[in-house]
Amino acid sequence: MSDAEADRTFHALADATRRDITRRVLQREQSVSSLACRYEMSFAAVQKHVAVLEAASLVTKKRRGREQIVHANLDALRRAARLLDEYEQLWRHRADTMAGILAETGEES
Amino acid sequence: MTVVSVQKDAEAMTLTFVAEFDAEPERVWELWADPRQLERWWGPPGWPATFERHEFANGGESRYYMSGPEGERAHGWWHIIAVEPKRTLTLDDGFADDNGEPVDADEPTRMAVTLEPIPSGTRMTTVGTFASADQLEKLLAMGMEEGMRLAMGQIDAILAETSGS
Repeated sequence: MSDAEADRTFHALADATRRDITRRVLQREQSVSSLACRYEMSFAAVQKHVAVLEAASLVTKKRRGREQIVHANLDALRRAARLLDEYEQLWRHRADTMAGILAETGEES
Repeated sequence: MTVVSVQKDAEAMTLTFVAEFDAEPERVWELWADPRQLERWWGPPGWPATFERHEFANGGESRYYMSGPEGERAHGWWHIIAVEPKRTLTLDDGFADDNGEPVDADEPTRMAVTLEPIPSGTRMTTVGTFASADQLEKLLAMGMEEGMRLAMGQIDAILAETSGS
């Protein structure tokens, strides 16, 4: 995944409705019309949110008869999880170093 | 020091880190407020920080750089949103150009820090929220590759120092 793609991913997830849609389709695939019933906005507005998620590769859309079915794309979310794992290591390192500094002052007093 | 919990939310791009220290909140607060102490722990392993400006008050600005293993410098900035001395701190952190001026002011990392007194000392909760994965990757690219190996040695040294006290 390129940086531009990554930016699209996180722009897409910066919106609460789109995160909610992602959560719902992670649980099970859903049609755009059944998603639209869940929100107090027009079908077109929900369709637009799904399109943003699709452009960011977070979901994929498939036509089934008259319905458009939305699926979650796990790879994009896994990448975010992996980055956060690394950020956790940074904070563990910082907290350890902070404890070291605090221990020094303890020795002086 | 004990890491109490780490919670990650990949969808909202947040990490909540909770640690406890054997020191009073007043003392732990100094690690954030005093630039000379702050620069000793802020940078990733192998990238010590230097704070050239540190206005630790509501609306204050900080400017710093981190020196890499090849002598390169990575500049950064803080915008202090709110300070409640010895208790809470909220700031935006981002990358800066070689003159130290913000290059990503529209997508900083928001950091919210809370210190609470507990019987053994202080509980520190840090909530980091990222604007983009690209930004997080830039941050992690420093120190995370060669740095992690270095970190292991540093942590061992600090643990030895602490147990010797």
